[in-house]
Amino acid sequence: MTQDNEVATLDTEGLSIKSVSLWRITWKRLFRRRSAVMGMIILGILVFIALTAQWLAPYDPLQVLIGVEPVKQRQAPCIHLLGCSEDQPQHIAGIDGNVRDEFSRLLYGTRVSLWIGLSTVTFAIIIGTILGALGGYFGGWVDNLIMRVMDVLLAFPSLLLAIAIVTVLGPGLTNALLAIGIVSIPSYARVVRASVLSVREMDYVSATRALGGSNFDILFRRIIPNAMTPLIVQGTLGIATAILDAAALSFLGLGAQPPMPEWGSMLGSERNQVFTAPHLVFLPGFAIMVTVLSFNLLGDGLRDALDPRLAHSA
Amino acid sequence: MFQYILRRIITSIPVLFGILLVTFSMARVIPGDPCRAILGEKATDAVCERFIREKGLDQPILTQFGIYLKEIGSGEFGQSFRFGMPVTRLLAERLPTTVELSFAALIIAVIVGIPLGIISAVKHNSWVDVATMVWANIGVSMPVFWLGLMLAYIFSLLLKDTPFWLPPSGRISPGIPSPTLTEVWGWNFAKGSFLAGLFDFIGRMNILNALLTGNWTLLKDALQHMILPAAALGTIPMALIARMARSSMLDVLGQDYIRTARAKGLSYRTVVLKHAFRNSLLPLVTVIGLSLGSLLGGAVLTETIFGLSGVGRTLYEAITARDYGIVQAFTVVIAVFFVLLNLIVDISYAYLDPRIRLN
Repeated sequence: MTQDNEVATLDTEGLSIKSVSLWRITWKRLFRRRSAVMGMIILGILVFIALTAQWLAPYDPLQVLIGVEPVKQRQAPCIHLLGCSEDQPQHIAGIDGNVRDEFSRLLYGTRVSLWIGLSTVTFAIIIGTILGALGGYFGGWVDNLIMRVMDVLLAFPSLLLAIAIVTVLGPGLTNALLAIGIVSIPSYARVVRASVLSVREMDYVSATRALGGSNFDILFRRIIPNAMTPLIVQGTLGIATAILDAAALSFLGLGAQPPMPEWGSMLGSERNQVFTAPHLVFLPGFAIMVTVLSFNLLGDGLRDALDPRLAHSA
Repeated sequence: MFQYILRRIITSIPVLFGILLVTFSMARVIPGDPCRAILGEKATDAVCERFIREKGLDQPILTQFGIYLKEIGSGEFGQSFRFGMPVTRLLAERLPTTVELSFAALIIAVIVGIPLGIISAVKHNSWVDVATMVWANIGVSMPVFWLGLMLAYIFSLLLKDTPFWLPPSGRISPGIPSPTLTEVWGWNFAKGSFLAGLFDFIGRMNILNALLTGNWTLLKDALQHMILPAAALGTIPMALIARMARSSMLDVLGQDYIRTARAKGLSYRTVVLKHAFRNSLLPLVTVIGLSLGSLLGGAVLTETIFGLSGVGRTLYEAITARDYGIVQAFTVVIAVFFVLLNLIVDISYAYLDPRIRLN
């Protein structure tokens, strides 16, 4: 895998005379990292599952199978290939506590988790970028006020703060997403603020100002694009944390509510059955772990690939 | 150094103030009637009227905030309606479990994480290194609650009737005597005095209690109960610590003075342990300090799974039961603890690296 890529990159390198863009270099270096490639493969599979869940899933994730099939509550997995008798209906991940097909629920759960990760981080990045950029660019009391508020948010352990916010807003997936989004704003605000501070006094920013560019122009055309690199890394790793936190909230019954096929809530509702029906605890948790792992691997890979200190080692 | 500490303390005052503001407004933006939210649904109108007058809830909002600050300053957090006792006493009862659990988790994380990180840095790209990093990546990706349940399944059910069996919940087995410190030592303090409270607090940490009183049956039992929750809670910090130890060690091992030390004939072992390790400690301090903070969040989940009545589980149950007296007090205490922890991390960082305090 890695070797093929190596050959491919060498080839293009030999032929190309034109300048190589930063994105091109980044891609090339990303593909050289085993862990990043692993992360991308897993993530690709997950995205595929999420997009095609309605065709892949053998059952409707919400369908209660009482009276439809001869299955029992919390029945262990039955896989025909592994010797489960053919006259039994096949349920490769077993049956859950409400007599639904666990495998279909797991597949649909991919959608929910990816949506959770993307939506919370997008929300946090947008708000965090605006706050960080304003603080870093204008400085003074604006900066002080924003950063002190961020400090207060950071002063609570993130999961506890999210729990507290959900308590005030009321349990539910939307409120849980909002809570996790709010909790993760400070890290993005800090990243953007630091980048803004480091490029604010650069010559090209002064040049834009001399050419009559407005504050808006300077901020969004000159400064923020320069903060993208750390934001992408932070965002990818942030998705991993967001998925974990959302799963924890749902596990505690504060996030996604049954019957929604969300992994954390599926696990939470069966947690007292761990000794009698371990598959109902193991599988959703494993799915969470794999998803979080893919984002962590990709994020680490991106960090290395985008690190300018390593720019010429590729 | 003193100046740095002073500056750092002053900058954390606005944060503390903000925390109080957040917890203060939390109890006031909850939908519904604050009296019944705090005293419970069963409170009668007469009781509520008195409560509102006593708490000053009919006063202007700024006055209310003043009253709130005064209450917290005097350590008076009010009553819990569900437990019918002062929240402060409840906190003193529940905190030792969480402290014990967090420290056990952190100890596991440190004594496994640091050596793993160092070995993988020294044997860079070997199978040990690859295995450690794969494990570390998986470790930071595992949901704490899932890991806890799986550990309970493996050690309490699959390994039943083997010497590796471990109990799935609770802090000690029923029937194991756990006399308090003052009982064992025959010391008598006035009930309600500070020392009585202090020794009671220490005595509630079973492992420490067993060590101090030489109660070996209790020690074995308490340790057995602690292993699974501590391992579950400690896994994420362990993975973070291993990763940080490795990268910071690799960083240091590439420095010129390491080559110099080797060149002047010092053994590799000495160079790694005496020169490199010490200098790689710096970033580790931050990770360890911040992990201790995040352990508190994880404690909610671990305590719920393993049936430990610590701060995390009490807080979570209070939230679902809308027992705001507890929620407010526990949140304040945890957040203040978190701020202090950050302060300590920063100060120790400045102590270890003079460049920071002179900047």
